Amino acid sequence: MEIREVIDYLKSYDGRELKLMEVCGTHTAAIFKNGIRELISPKIKLISGPGCPVCVTPTAFIDKCVEYARKPGCQLLTFGDMMKVPGTRGSLSENKAEDNEGAKADIAIMYSPFEALERAKEDPDTTYVVAAVGFETTAPTYALMLRQARLQGIDNIRLVTALKTAIPALDWICANQNDIDGFICPGHVSVITGVHVYDGPAEKYGRPFVVSGFEAEHILAAIYRIVKQVEAGQGCVENMYPNAVRDEGNAKAMAAINEVYEAGPAMWRGLGVIEGSGLYLKGEYAVYDGGSRGLDSDMELPEACRCGAVITGKINPDQCPMFAAGSCTPMDPFGPCMVSSEGSCGIWYRNKH
Amino acid sequence: MKITMAHGSGGKSSARLMGDIFGKHFKNQVLDKMEDAAVLQVNGKIACSTDSFVVTPLVFKGGDIGKLCVCGTVNDLLMMGAVPKYLTCGFILEEGLDVDMLDSVVESMAKQAGEAGVIIVAGDTKVVEGSGGMYINTTGIGEIPAGRDVSSANCEDGDVIICSGHLGDHHACILSHRMEIENNIQSDCAALNDIVDALYGAGINVKTMRDVTRGGLGTVINEIAESSGVKIELEEEAIPVNPEVRGFADILGLDPLYMGNEGKMIAVVPDEQAQAALAAVRSAEHGVNAEIIGKVRTGEGAYIRTRLGASRRFDVLYGEGLPRIC
Repeated sequence: MEIREVIDYLKSYDGRELKLMEVCGTHTAAIFKNGIRELISPKIKLISGPGCPVCVTPTAFIDKCVEYARKPGCQLLTFGDMMKVPGTRGSLSENKAEDNEGAKADIAIMYSPFEALERAKEDPDTTYVVAAVGFETTAPTYALMLRQARLQGIDNIRLVTALKTAIPALDWICANQNDIDGFICPGHVSVITGVHVYDGPAEKYGRPFVVSGFEAEHILAAIYRIVKQVEAGQGCVENMYPNAVRDEGNAKAMAAINEVYEAGPAMWRGLGVIEGSGLYLKGEYAVYDGGSRGLDSDMELPEACRCGAVITGKINPDQCPMFAAGSCTPMDPFGPCMVSSEGSCGIWYRNKH
Repeated sequence: MKITMAHGSGGKSSARLMGDIFGKHFKNQVLDKMEDAAVLQVNGKIACSTDSFVVTPLVFKGGDIGKLCVCGTVNDLLMMGAVPKYLTCGFILEEGLDVDMLDSVVESMAKQAGEAGVIIVAGDTKVVEGSGGMYINTTGIGEIPAGRDVSSANCEDGDVIICSGHLGDHHACILSHRMEIENNIQSDCAALNDIVDALYGAGINVKTMRDVTRGGLGTVINEIAESSGVKIELEEEAIPVNPEVRGFADILGLDPLYMGNEGKMIAVVPDEQAQAALAAVRSAEHGVNAEIIGKVRTGEGAYIRTRLGASRRFDVLYGEGLPRIC
């Protein structure tokens, strides 16, 4: 089927109003970048889900990272996205710039978790604390790094983890918000997990779960399949990204995850604690944990902040009073959804929707 | 040999450094007088611009901080329709800087200044504690020939926007160095005299020129739309990007629309002169990959028409992008 035919079909769709959730922040960004909303009928609503790992990370995690960064003999390593997320004692960025009682917070931006290995070998007297945030996509990289650390007997590395798995959160959304007609499932998470992880929710809730890549054509094709399934009264799992996603997933990456982590309860900003949705270091790897469990508390946000409703797709970012009033912006953010490049508020703001 | 605090003392070591390095490379009749200030002859309206350069690493594929600090200020003058004439330079050197590095940077400045038709007429050097880094400020003056009127506020409905070549090369090059990634991406660092000369040589009524530096094309187009009180529509598929830079950007989640450049510009020209202007830009060495990328309309804001025919609004770059890129 030609892409033009797909667009024509979606543009002229005139059935009942549909609500489709793109689970992943990369999809939200791609939908804006390609102007997808303009190519489809206004009766097909695209709403953003909780699929930006930075956005669902609670304040307690940031505070823990700040604590390590300020501790003498420690350096905190983080990806750049986390730097501006507000914490109760300031963001990492603020802590790096400010003098805190005479001692500057020691924070370095990493491009790969493997930098921790290099640094730890070069300077055995410093403890390198890695802020590990992400979904199934990034969890294996941290696991492989720790496997190397263990093999090489390196003991001056710690991980503070806010690693999460997508399926329990999808299940939570289906159970708590039953007005979503179908899900555009994240391509890169599915590369690791395979597509059968969606079988359970699809069967339980009778909704279409369609795996999509990140090009405009991929996303349009996934939307098309969801609409066709809804019209036919189906709720099945489909893989519309077979060039990258094998149905069975990536066995090696899953083995690394299973070797290093065990599932536990995790706090999702806006959703609350979801059982079995967090990944925590286990067994021989537990010694590398920097105290990641129970980091549940979240800072009190201004009353007008609707972070939770945005993350769960109940409202669009521009329906939040703080967004509309211009009092929460990428330069002066309250919540992480405005900070992260894959956070829905930040994406909406930058695209002046 | 390394730079020490003594080189900034104003005494014998400073004098030797100036003679051995600056005196050797920056020879011209204004500077050679060694007075407290340069005395300059200028005609008519002048354009004046200043810029500080803090790039790291100091040397990168396609250039170094010396070439960059001349091109950056020269390009700012050119974008106002000026003919660049004079530059001053202020050096802040960190203790521990290799004297050979300083010598090669100064040599590179002198070479680039010669190519861009400017002479360096005044300078200053200070040394601070640090770890071998180097910062340069350049200030430039150019003469604006009578009859030229270039401004970001000049765009009108129907005008055409030309981009001089591939976007994102400098950004990708600096990032590759910092991440120690091996590739063929070179900085586009260049003085754009040839393109501006070609446009005026072809008799084009150039309305607006901007060099596309930090913040990228996305930021520049928004600024022009706001200054002129117009709407600007770009065609996504017409925006030139080198495929290797595109691949690099995709992997790192960067958008060439917001990546920095050091040898790219846009020119806004009347619709009826669009093809002649494009041919003029392409005839210049630094403009061979030029394309017409969009049009000016009545309205407001910056929009891009995507590959599949949707239109979306885009904004300026938020946040810092990549620090210390120039």
